[in-house]
Amino acid sequence: MLEAQKITWKQDDKTILQNINFHLLPGECVGLIGPNGSGKSSLLKILAFLEAPTSGLLFFQGHSIPKNVPLAIRRKIAIVFQEPLLLNTRVFDNVAIGLKVRGISKETIRQRVNYWLEQFGVLHLSKQSSRSLSGGEAQRVSLARAFAIEPDVLFLDEPFSALDAPTKEGLRVDLSKVFKTTQTTTVLVSHDFKDISHLANRALILLNGQVAVEGSPSELLRNPQQKDVARFLAYFAS
Amino acid sequence: MEMIWKGIQAAIHLLLTGDPEVVEITLLTLKISCSGTLISLLIGIPFGTLLALKPFPGRRFVLSIVNTGMGLPPVVVGLWVSIFLWRSGPFGFLNIIYTPTAIVIAQAIIASPIIAALTCAALQQTDPKLRLQIRALGTTRPQYIWLLLSEIRFSLLAAIIAGFGAIVSEIGASMAVGGNIKGQTRVLTTATVLEVSKGNFDIAIALSIILCLLAYGATLCLTLLQQKQQGGS
Repeated sequence: MLEAQKITWKQDDKTILQNINFHLLPGECVGLIGPNGSGKSSLLKILAFLEAPTSGLLFFQGHSIPKNVPLAIRRKIAIVFQEPLLLNTRVFDNVAIGLKVRGISKETIRQRVNYWLEQFGVLHLSKQSSRSLSGGEAQRVSLARAFAIEPDVLFLDEPFSALDAPTKEGLRVDLSKVFKTTQTTTVLVSHDFKDISHLANRALILLNGQVAVEGSPSELLRNPQQKDVARFLAYFAS
Repeated sequence: MEMIWKGIQAAIHLLLTGDPEVVEITLLTLKISCSGTLISLLIGIPFGTLLALKPFPGRRFVLSIVNTGMGLPPVVVGLWVSIFLWRSGPFGFLNIIYTPTAIVIAQAIIASPIIAALTCAALQQTDPKLRLQIRALGTTRPQYIWLLLSEIRFSLLAAIIAGFGAIVSEIGASMAVGGNIKGQTRVLTTATVLEVSKGNFDIAIALSIILCLLAYGATLCLTLLQQKQQGGS
Protein backbone atom coordinates (compact mmCIF):
# COMPACT_ATOMS: atom_id res chain seq x y z
CA MET A 1 0.00 0.00 0.00
CA LEU A 2 2.66 2.50 1.11
CA GLU A 3 6.41 2.20 0.95
CA ALA A 4 9.28 4.50 1.89
CA GLN A 5 12.86 3.82 0.83
CA LYS A 6 15.91 5.41 2.46
CA ILE A 7 14.03 8.50 3.67
CA THR A 8 16.18 11.28 5.07
CA TRP A 9 14.77 14.61 6.24
CA LYS A 10 16.77 17.62 7.27
CA GLN A 11 15.54 20.90 8.68
CA ASP A 12 17.89 23.86 9.09
CA ASP A 13 20.87 21.51 8.58
CA LYS A 14 19.64 19.29 11.40
CA THR A 15 18.95 15.69 10.46
CA ILE A 16 15.51 14.73 11.78
CA LEU A 17 15.15 11.40 9.98
CA GLN A 18 17.92 9.26 8.63
CA ASN A 19 17.75 6.41 6.13
CA ILE A 20 14.27 5.20 7.06
CA ASN A 21 12.76 2.23 5.28
CA PHE A 22 9.08 1.58 5.82
CA HIS A 23 6.28 -0.43 4.31
CA LEU A 24 2.59 -0.72 5.02
CA LEU A 25 0.46 -3.64 3.88
CA PRO A 26 -3.28 -3.35 3.12
CA GLY A 27 -5.40 -3.77 6.22
CA GLU A 28 -2.62 -3.57 8.78
CA CYS A 29 -2.10 -1.02 11.51
CA VAL A 30 1.52 -0.08 12.04
CA GLY A 31 2.55 1.78 15.15
CA LEU A 32 5.38 4.29 15.23
CA ILE A 33 6.64 4.80 18.74
CA GLY A 34 9.56 6.55 20.31
CA PRO A 35 10.46 9.17 22.88
CA ASN A 36 9.94 12.89 22.28
CA GLY A 37 12.12 14.16 19.44
CA SER A 38 12.69 10.71 17.96
CA GLY A 39 11.16 11.83 14.66
CA LYS A 40 7.94 9.80 14.69
CA SER A 41 5.60 12.71 13.92
CA SER A 42 8.01 13.96 11.26
CA LEU A 43 7.97 10.52 9.64
CA LEU A 44 4.17 10.54 9.71
CA LYS A 45 4.10 13.93 7.95
CA ILE A 46 6.37 12.59 5.22
CA LEU A 47 4.39 9.37 4.83
CA ALA A 48 1.18 11.43 4.67
CA PHE A 49 2.70 13.70 1.98
CA LEU A 50 2.52 16.80 4.17
CA GLU A 51 6.29 17.26 3.96
CA ALA A 52 8.68 16.30 1.19
CA PRO A 53 11.73 14.26 2.25
CA THR A 54 15.21 15.67 1.66
CA SER A 55 16.12 12.39 -0.03
CA GLY A 56 14.57 8.99 -0.51
CA LEU A 57 11.61 7.57 -2.38
CA LEU A 58 7.93 7.17 -1.57
CA PHE A 59 5.58 4.75 -3.27
CA PHE A 60 1.81 4.69 -2.89
CA GLN A 61 -0.14 1.73 -4.27
CA GLY A 62 2.85 0.91 -6.43
CA HIS A 63 3.27 4.39 -7.90
CA SER A 64 6.27 6.60 -7.20
CA ILE A 65 5.26 9.84 -5.48
CA PRO A 66 6.57 13.08 -7.03
CA LYS A 67 7.44 16.16 -4.98
CA ASN A 68 4.11 17.79 -5.88
CA VAL A 69 1.75 15.06 -4.74
CA PRO A 70 -1.27 14.80 -7.08
CA LEU A 71 -4.61 15.73 -5.51
CA ALA A 72 -6.07 12.32 -6.41
CA ILE A 73 -3.45 10.65 -4.20
CA ARG A 74 -3.78 13.19 -1.38
CA ARG A 75 -7.49 12.42 -1.34
CA LYS A 76 -6.84 8.75 -0.64
CA ILE A 77 -5.52 9.48 2.81
CA ALA A 78 -6.90 10.97 6.02
CA ILE A 79 -5.10 12.34 9.06
CA VAL A 80 -6.11 12.81 12.67
CA PHE A 81 -3.81 14.97 14.75
CA GLN A 82 -3.22 15.19 18.47
CA GLU A 83 -5.64 18.10 18.70
CA PRO A 84 -9.07 17.68 17.07
CA LEU A 85 -8.59 20.82 14.92
CA LEU A 86 -12.26 21.23 14.11
CA LEU A 87 -13.57 24.14 12.07
CA ASN A 88 -15.72 26.73 13.81
CA THR A 89 -19.01 25.31 12.59
CA ARG A 90 -21.51 22.56 13.45
CA VAL A 91 -20.32 19.02 14.18
CA PHE A 92 -22.19 17.69 11.12
CA ASP A 93 -20.49 20.20 8.82
CA ASN A 94 -17.08 19.35 10.24
CA VAL A 95 -17.49 15.68 9.39
CA ALA A 96 -19.01 16.53 6.01
CA ILE A 97 -16.21 18.85 4.92
CA GLY A 98 -13.87 16.17 3.51
CA LEU A 99 -16.77 14.75 1.50
CA LYS A 100 -17.94 18.15 0.27
CA VAL A 101 -14.52 19.04 -1.14
CA ARG A 102 -14.61 15.73 -3.03
CA GLY A 103 -17.90 16.71 -4.67
CA ILE A 104 -19.90 13.84 -3.14
CA SER A 105 -23.70 14.06 -3.35
CA LYS A 106 -25.66 15.60 -0.46
CA GLU A 107 -27.59 12.42 0.29
CA THR A 108 -24.43 10.28 0.46
CA ILE A 109 -22.80 12.91 2.67
CA ARG A 110 -25.78 12.89 5.03
CA GLN A 111 -25.78 9.09 5.27
CA ARG A 112 -22.03 8.75 5.71
CA VAL A 113 -21.71 11.57 8.24
CA ASN A 114 -24.54 10.20 10.37
CA TYR A 115 -23.11 6.67 10.15
CA TRP A 116 -19.66 7.70 11.35
CA LEU A 117 -20.94 10.03 14.04
CA GLU A 118 -22.94 7.07 15.34
CA GLN A 119 -19.93 4.75 15.18
CA PHE A 120 -18.05 7.11 17.45
CA GLY A 121 -21.04 7.75 19.72
CA VAL A 122 -21.47 11.44 18.93
CA LEU A 123 -24.48 11.44 16.59
CA HIS A 124 -26.53 13.28 19.24
CA LEU A 125 -24.07 16.20 18.97
CA SER A 126 -24.41 16.59 15.20
CA LYS A 127 -26.20 19.96 15.35
CA GLN A 128 -23.99 21.41 18.06
CA SER A 129 -21.20 23.87 17.50
CA SER A 130 -17.74 22.31 17.50
CA ARG A 131 -16.75 24.96 20.07
CA SER A 132 -19.15 23.48 22.64
CA LEU A 133 -17.57 20.00 22.68
CA SER A 134 -15.37 18.47 25.36
CA GLY A 135 -11.88 17.26 24.38
CA GLY A 136 -12.99 13.65 24.08
CA GLU A 137 -16.10 14.51 22.05
CA ALA A 138 -14.09 16.72 19.72
CA GLN A 139 -11.53 13.96 19.10
CA ARG A 140 -14.37 11.52 18.34
CA VAL A 141 -15.71 14.01 15.79
CA SER A 142 -12.23 14.35 14.34
CA LEU A 143 -12.00 10.55 13.95
CA ALA A 144 -15.48 10.43 12.39
CA ARG A 145 -14.34 13.10 9.92
CA ALA A 146 -11.33 10.99 8.93
CA PHE A 147 -13.27 7.72 8.59
CA ALA A 148 -16.10 9.40 6.64
CA ILE A 149 -13.65 9.99 3.79
CA GLU A 150 -13.16 6.17 3.67
CA PRO A 151 -9.42 6.62 3.16
CA ASP A 152 -7.09 4.01 1.73
CA VAL A 153 -4.61 4.92 4.46
CA LEU A 154 -5.41 6.56 7.77
CA PHE A 155 -2.74 8.42 9.75
CA LEU A 156 -3.24 8.95 13.47
CA ASP A 157 -0.75 11.34 15.06
CA GLU A 158 -0.97 10.84 18.84
CA PRO A 159 -4.79 10.96 18.76
CA PHE A 160 -5.19 10.18 22.47
CA SER A 161 -2.40 12.18 24.05
CA ALA A 162 -4.52 15.24 24.86
CA LEU A 163 -7.21 13.16 26.62
CA ASP A 164 -7.59 12.14 30.24
CA ALA A 165 -7.18 8.45 31.12
CA PRO A 166 -10.86 7.31 31.18
CA THR A 167 -11.72 9.22 27.97
CA LYS A 168 -8.60 7.81 26.32
CA GLU A 169 -9.51 4.26 27.30
CA GLY A 170 -13.07 4.59 25.98
CA LEU A 171 -11.93 6.00 22.68
CA ARG A 172 -9.23 3.33 22.31
CA VAL A 173 -11.85 0.60 22.76
CA ASP A 174 -14.20 2.20 20.21
CA LEU A 175 -11.39 2.73 17.72
CA SER A 176 -10.31 -0.88 18.12
CA LYS A 177 -13.88 -2.00 17.27
CA VAL A 178 -13.93 0.24 14.18
CA PHE A 179 -10.58 -1.18 13.03
CA LYS A 180 -11.90 -4.72 13.34
CA THR A 181 -14.95 -3.86 11.23
CA THR A 182 -13.28 -1.71 8.58
CA GLN A 183 -9.78 -3.21 8.37
CA THR A 184 -8.56 0.32 7.63
CA THR A 185 -4.88 0.49 6.74
CA THR A 186 -3.42 2.71 9.44
CA VAL A 187 -0.23 4.35 10.65
CA LEU A 188 -0.51 5.16 14.34
CA VAL A 189 1.98 7.45 16.04
CA SER A 190 2.10 7.40 19.81
CA HIS A 191 4.52 7.80 22.67
CA ASP A 192 2.42 5.38 24.74
CA PHE A 193 3.15 1.72 24.08
CA LYS A 194 -0.32 0.78 25.39
CA ASP A 195 -1.91 2.51 22.38
CA ILE A 196 0.34 0.58 20.04
CA SER A 197 -0.13 -2.79 21.75
CA HIS A 198 -3.95 -2.33 21.74
CA LEU A 199 -4.31 -1.22 18.14
CA ALA A 200 -1.26 -2.07 16.03
CA ASN A 201 -0.29 -5.35 14.36
CA ARG A 202 3.29 -4.22 13.95
CA ALA A 203 5.44 -1.56 15.61
CA LEU A 204 8.52 0.40 14.68
CA ILE A 205 10.53 1.97 17.47
CA LEU A 206 12.27 5.17 16.45
CA LEU A 207 15.29 6.46 18.31
CA ASN A 208 17.23 9.55 17.19
CA GLY A 209 15.56 9.69 13.78
CA GLN A 210 16.24 6.07 12.90
CA VAL A 211 14.25 2.84 13.10
CA ALA A 212 15.85 1.01 16.02
CA VAL A 213 13.74 -2.16 15.92
CA GLU A 214 10.63 -3.49 14.25
CA GLY A 215 8.24 -6.31 15.17
CA SER A 216 4.94 -7.19 16.75
CA PRO A 217 4.27 -5.15 19.91
CA SER A 218 4.25 -8.18 22.21
CA GLU A 219 7.45 -9.54 20.66
CA LEU A 220 9.19 -6.19 21.15
CA LEU A 221 8.21 -6.14 24.80
CA ARG A 222 9.55 -9.66 25.30
CA ASN A 223 12.71 -9.14 23.31
CA PRO A 224 13.68 -5.48 22.80
CA GLN A 225 16.94 -6.49 21.00
CA GLN A 226 18.80 -3.28 21.92
CA LYS A 227 19.76 -1.64 25.19
CA ASP A 228 18.27 1.73 24.29
CA VAL A 229 15.01 0.10 23.19
CA ALA A 230 14.86 -1.97 26.38
CA ARG A 231 15.39 1.18 28.44
CA PHE A 232 12.59 2.95 26.55
CA LEU A 233 10.19 0.00 26.81
CA ALA A 234 10.96 -0.70 30.46
CA TYR A 235 8.53 2.01 31.51
CA PHE A 236 5.64 0.35 29.67
CA ALA A 237 6.53 -3.21 30.79
CA SER A 238 5.99 -2.34 34.44
CA MET B 1 -27.90 76.03 23.74
CA GLU B 2 -30.85 77.48 21.88
CA MET B 3 -29.09 76.89 18.58
CA ILE B 4 -28.51 73.25 19.44
CA TRP B 5 -32.09 72.79 20.55
CA LYS B 6 -33.35 74.43 17.34
CA GLY B 7 -31.04 72.22 15.35
CA ILE B 8 -32.39 69.08 16.99
CA GLN B 9 -35.98 70.25 16.42
CA ALA B 10 -35.21 70.94 12.75
CA ALA B 11 -33.55 67.55 12.46
CA ILE B 12 -36.62 65.78 13.86
CA HIS B 13 -38.83 67.81 11.54
CA LEU B 14 -36.72 66.97 8.48
CA LEU B 15 -36.64 63.32 9.44
CA LEU B 16 -40.34 63.04 10.13
CA THR B 17 -41.49 64.99 7.07
CA GLY B 18 -39.07 63.15 4.78
CA ASP B 19 -37.64 66.27 3.18
CA PRO B 20 -36.99 65.29 -0.48
CA GLU B 21 -33.51 66.83 -0.63
CA VAL B 22 -32.43 65.17 2.60
CA VAL B 23 -33.85 61.83 1.45
CA GLU B 24 -32.02 62.17 -1.87
CA ILE B 25 -28.71 63.01 -0.16
CA THR B 26 -29.15 60.13 2.31
CA LEU B 27 -29.94 57.58 -0.40
CA LEU B 28 -27.00 58.75 -2.52
CA THR B 29 -24.69 58.50 0.50
CA LEU B 30 -25.88 54.97 1.18
CA LYS B 31 -25.53 53.96 -2.47
CA ILE B 32 -22.00 55.40 -2.80
CA SER B 33 -20.77 54.05 0.55
CA CYS B 34 -22.14 50.55 -0.08
CA SER B 35 -20.63 50.48 -3.58
CA GLY B 36 -17.28 51.67 -2.23
CA THR B 37 -17.34 49.05 0.53
CA LEU B 38 -18.26 46.28 -1.93
CA ILE B 39 -15.43 47.20 -4.30
CA SER B 40 -12.96 47.43 -1.42
CA LEU B 41 -14.01 43.93 -0.35
CA LEU B 42 -13.39 42.60 -3.84
CA ILE B 43 -9.90 44.16 -3.78
CA GLY B 44 -9.02 43.88 -0.09
CA ILE B 45 -9.93 40.26 0.69
CA PRO B 46 -7.98 38.66 -2.20
CA PHE B 47 -5.04 41.00 -1.62
CA GLY B 48 -5.01 40.37 2.14
CA THR B 49 -5.23 36.63 1.48
CA LEU B 50 -2.31 36.79 -0.93
CA LEU B 51 -0.23 38.73 1.60
CA ALA B 52 -1.02 36.24 4.36
CA LEU B 53 -0.60 32.97 2.48
CA LYS B 54 1.83 33.50 -0.38
CA PRO B 55 5.44 34.20 0.50
CA PHE B 56 7.20 36.44 -2.03
CA PRO B 57 10.23 38.75 -1.94
CA GLY B 58 9.37 42.10 -0.37
CA ARG B 59 6.16 40.81 1.25
CA ARG B 60 6.91 42.52 4.58
CA PHE B 61 7.54 45.81 2.80
CA VAL B 62 4.23 45.52 0.92
CA LEU B 63 2.48 44.62 4.17
CA SER B 64 3.92 47.72 5.87
CA ILE B 65 2.62 49.84 2.98
CA VAL B 66 -0.83 48.27 3.30
CA ASN B 67 -0.81 48.81 7.06
CA THR B 68 0.16 52.44 6.49
CA GLY B 69 -2.72 52.65 4.02
CA MET B 70 -5.12 51.97 6.91
CA GLY B 71 -4.47 55.52 8.03
CA LEU B 72 -4.43 57.03 4.56
CA PRO B 73 -5.82 60.61 4.78
CA PRO B 74 -8.97 60.79 2.60
CA VAL B 75 -8.04 64.24 1.35
CA VAL B 76 -4.77 62.86 -0.04
CA VAL B 77 -6.69 60.10 -1.81
CA GLY B 78 -9.10 62.74 -3.12
CA LEU B 79 -6.22 64.82 -4.44
CA TRP B 80 -4.59 61.93 -6.32
CA VAL B 81 -7.83 60.53 -7.70
CA SER B 82 -8.68 64.06 -8.90
CA ILE B 83 -5.32 64.36 -10.64
CA PHE B 84 -5.82 61.02 -12.38
CA LEU B 85 -9.44 61.71 -13.36
CA TRP B 86 -8.93 65.38 -14.29
CA ARG B 87 -9.71 66.11 -17.90
CA SER B 88 -6.04 66.47 -18.75
CA GLY B 89 -5.08 63.55 -16.46
CA PRO B 90 -4.27 59.95 -17.46
CA PHE B 91 -7.89 58.82 -17.06
CA GLY B 92 -9.51 62.11 -18.04
CA PHE B 93 -11.01 60.48 -21.14
CA LEU B 94 -13.36 58.54 -18.84
CA ASN B 95 -15.05 61.85 -18.02
CA ILE B 96 -16.08 60.76 -14.52
CA ILE B 97 -14.64 63.53 -12.36
CA TYR B 98 -17.39 65.15 -10.24
CA THR B 99 -19.62 62.09 -10.55
CA PRO B 100 -20.70 59.53 -7.94
CA THR B 101 -18.45 57.01 -9.72
CA ALA B 102 -15.41 59.15 -8.91
CA ILE B 103 -16.42 59.21 -5.22
CA VAL B 104 -16.90 55.43 -5.23
CA ILE B 105 -13.38 54.98 -6.69
CA ALA B 106 -11.82 57.27 -4.08
CA GLN B 107 -13.72 55.61 -1.23
CA ALA B 108 -12.77 52.14 -2.45
CA ILE B 109 -9.12 53.24 -2.37
CA ILE B 110 -9.58 54.45 1.21
CA ALA B 111 -11.21 51.23 2.46
CA SER B 112 -9.23 48.60 0.49
CA PRO B 113 -6.06 48.79 2.65
CA ILE B 114 -8.22 48.50 5.79
CA ILE B 115 -9.95 45.36 4.50
CA ALA B 116 -6.67 43.90 3.16
CA ALA B 117 -4.70 44.52 6.35
CA LEU B 118 -7.41 43.13 8.63
CA THR B 119 -7.91 40.08 6.38
CA CYS B 120 -4.17 39.44 6.35
CA ALA B 121 -3.88 39.80 10.13
CA ALA B 122 -6.84 37.46 10.74
CA LEU B 123 -5.45 34.80 8.39
CA GLN B 124 -1.99 35.00 9.92
CA GLN B 125 -3.51 34.43 13.34
CA THR B 126 -5.12 31.12 12.34
CA ASP B 127 -3.55 28.05 13.93
CA PRO B 128 -0.86 26.62 11.57
CA LYS B 129 -1.99 23.14 12.64
CA LEU B 130 -5.52 23.93 11.53
CA ARG B 131 -4.15 25.02 8.16
CA LEU B 132 -2.31 21.70 7.92
CA GLN B 133 -5.53 19.86 8.82
CA ILE B 134 -7.47 21.70 6.12
CA ARG B 135 -4.81 20.74 3.58
CA ALA B 136 -4.91 17.16 4.85
CA LEU B 137 -8.64 17.01 4.13
CA GLY B 138 -7.75 16.83 0.43
CA THR B 139 -8.65 20.40 -0.48
CA THR B 140 -7.70 22.12 -3.70
CA ARG B 141 -6.03 25.53 -3.32
CA PRO B 142 -9.31 27.48 -3.81
CA GLN B 143 -11.14 25.16 -1.38
CA TYR B 144 -8.32 25.62 1.14
CA ILE B 145 -8.57 29.42 0.89
CA TRP B 146 -12.38 29.35 1.05
CA LEU B 147 -12.33 27.24 4.24
CA LEU B 148 -9.76 29.50 5.85
CA LEU B 149 -11.81 32.59 4.97
CA SER B 150 -14.91 30.90 6.41
CA GLU B 151 -12.94 30.27 9.56
CA ILE B 152 -12.13 33.99 9.92
CA ARG B 153 -15.62 35.17 8.94
CA PHE B 154 -16.14 37.09 12.21
CA SER B 155 -12.94 39.02 11.64
CA LEU B 156 -13.99 39.67 8.04
CA LEU B 157 -17.27 41.17 9.27
CA ALA B 158 -15.25 43.38 11.62
CA ALA B 159 -13.14 44.43 8.61
CA ILE B 160 -16.32 45.32 6.68
CA ILE B 161 -17.55 47.39 9.62
CA ALA B 162 -14.21 49.22 9.77
CA GLY B 163 -14.13 49.77 6.00
CA PHE B 164 -17.73 51.04 5.83
CA GLY B 165 -17.11 53.28 8.83
CA ALA B 166 -14.08 54.87 7.19
CA ILE B 167 -15.97 55.45 3.95
CA VAL B 168 -19.25 56.82 5.28
CA SER B 169 -17.51 59.31 7.55
CA GLU B 170 -14.89 60.67 5.14
CA ILE B 171 -15.26 64.08 3.56
CA GLY B 172 -11.95 65.07 1.95
CA ALA B 173 -12.11 62.62 -0.94
CA SER B 174 -15.84 63.15 -1.61
CA MET B 175 -15.33 66.89 -1.73
CA ALA B 176 -12.25 66.71 -3.96
CA VAL B 177 -13.51 64.25 -6.58
CA GLY B 178 -17.26 64.82 -6.24
CA GLY B 179 -17.35 68.59 -5.94
CA ASN B 180 -20.46 68.59 -3.72
CA ILE B 181 -22.80 69.25 -6.64
CA LYS B 182 -26.42 69.54 -5.56
CA GLY B 183 -28.53 66.64 -6.80
CA GLN B 184 -25.50 64.84 -8.24
CA THR B 185 -22.60 64.34 -5.84
CA ARG B 186 -23.79 65.91 -2.62
CA VAL B 187 -23.51 63.37 0.20
CA LEU B 188 -24.23 63.74 3.92
CA THR B 189 -20.69 64.74 4.93
CA THR B 190 -20.20 67.34 2.19
CA ALA B 191 -23.74 68.70 2.70
CA THR B 192 -23.09 69.07 6.43
CA VAL B 193 -19.90 71.06 5.83
CA LEU B 194 -21.70 73.27 3.33
CA GLU B 195 -24.54 74.04 5.74
CA VAL B 196 -22.03 74.82 8.52
CA SER B 197 -20.18 77.23 6.21
CA LYS B 198 -23.50 78.94 5.45
CA GLY B 199 -24.35 79.18 9.14
CA ASN B 200 -27.38 76.88 8.81
CA PHE B 201 -26.61 74.95 11.95
CA ASP B 202 -30.09 73.49 12.28
CA ILE B 203 -29.86 71.72 8.92
CA ALA B 204 -26.25 70.79 9.59
CA ILE B 205 -27.26 69.17 12.90
CA ALA B 206 -30.11 67.36 11.13
CA LEU B 207 -27.76 66.02 8.49
CA SER B 208 -25.19 64.98 11.10
CA ILE B 209 -27.84 63.08 13.05
CA ILE B 210 -28.90 61.27 9.89
CA LEU B 211 -25.25 60.47 9.13
CA CYS B 212 -24.74 59.07 12.61
CA LEU B 213 -27.96 57.03 12.37
CA LEU B 214 -26.85 55.70 8.98
CA ALA B 215 -23.41 54.73 10.28
CA TYR B 216 -24.91 53.23 13.41
CA GLY B 217 -27.65 51.38 11.50
CA ALA B 218 -25.25 49.76 9.05
CA THR B 219 -22.79 48.87 11.81
CA LEU B 220 -25.61 47.50 13.98
CA CYS B 221 -26.79 45.21 11.16
CA LEU B 222 -23.25 43.89 10.61
CA THR B 223 -22.63 43.52 14.34
CA LEU B 224 -25.90 41.59 14.82
CA LEU B 225 -24.98 39.34 11.90
CA GLN B 226 -21.52 38.80 13.38
CA GLN B 227 -22.83 38.02 16.85
CA LYS B 228 -25.61 35.79 15.50
CA GLN B 229 -23.04 33.72 13.64
CA GLN B 230 -20.75 33.65 16.64
CA GLY B 231 -23.56 32.39 18.83
CA GLY B 232 -24.97 29.99 16.29
CA SER B 233 -21.72 28.45 15.08
